[in-house]
Amino acid sequence: MNNINIIIGMMLVTFIPRCLPFLAFSRLNIPRSLKKFLRYIPPAALGALIFPGAITAIPNYPLAAMVGITIAIVCSWFRGEISLTVFLSVIATLVSLCLFGY
Amino acid sequence: MEENPEHLIEQKEISSKFREGMVASLPIFIGYIPVAITFGLLAKSTGLTLWETFLFSALVFAGASQFMALQLIQGGAEPAQIIIATLIMNFRHFLMSSHLSTIFPIKEKPWLIPFLSFGVTDESFAYFSTSQHYGSADFILGLEYSAYASWVGGTVIGYLFGNILPPILQASMGIALYALFIALLIPEAKKSLPVALTAIIGGVAHSFLSWLRIFSSGWNIIMAILIAASVSAWIIDEEEENE
Repeated sequence: MNNINIIIGMMLVTFIPRCLPFLAFSRLNIPRSLKKFLRYIPPAALGALIFPGAITAIPNYPLAAMVGITIAIVCSWFRGEISLTVFLSVIATLVSLCLFGY
Repeated sequence: MEENPEHLIEQKEISSKFREGMVASLPIFIGYIPVAITFGLLAKSTGLTLWETFLFSALVFAGASQFMALQLIQGGAEPAQIIIATLIMNFRHFLMSSHLSTIFPIKEKPWLIPFLSFGVTDESFAYFSTSQHYGSADFILGLEYSAYASWVGGTVIGYLFGNILPPILQASMGIALYALFIALLIPEAKKSLPVALTAIIGGVAHSFLSWLRIFSSGWNIIMAILIAASVSAWIIDEEEENE
């Protein structure tokens, strides 16, 4: 029962921050300076989501992770499809894990 | 009975948009599976029932905080501590939703807000904030809820059957979601120097804060996003003011 309380509490504190901006900002007029700030949230968040997490994505094998990251960068740089980029990155990581004797 | 052909066409379009969203979510769908299986597995070893484990993924739907909660439950933490830690960890979604609220087509369909916003995760946000293909609420729902199905389904599979993926494949798939973030970021960064700089500042700031280990990981990512977006909006973007 204790666990259910935790789950319900976690649901609320996760859902409210997700939902609140939609309720607030769709009614208010957003000032220009805030709009500019909001426009830079995507690249700021993506940069922070990728680093440093990506380097430790494969526990104990940072080199294999680096291979996967490099392939993903190269593939997306040359306009690879998103699915193809993800697929090739996983394959490259798999191959390097084999080579590194996982 | 009278048929309304226009109405039929619209219905068809709606469902095809939903399907397009499901197709677009494929990398997220695949990326979630190994993580969700691991969560199911760990939840079982932490002593949660199948029902609790299912509810965890079905109601919270936020990976990192679910793993953190398992750790805290195992360590005997108070529920209040776990809930506050979750709030801090998931508050980054507040920033993400703030951005998405400026681009989601919610003006006509405000009753969809709870459903659209429940599906905001790091991964769906990454997709919507960089891709120009979402267009309609149905596309967004299609993408969000096939990712959701993968997360909840993977959790149950992990709990019931353990790790059905070979360990080496499971480990390699750990890179999938990062590859997804990279695949979404790089084309945007190529187009715009300020965008590229913002991402680099975000990554460097987050790495530095993680290395410092002064704050919890939830605070680290929030601060990194705030720093990078502020620097870009008020310093780098200054020159483009009069565009």
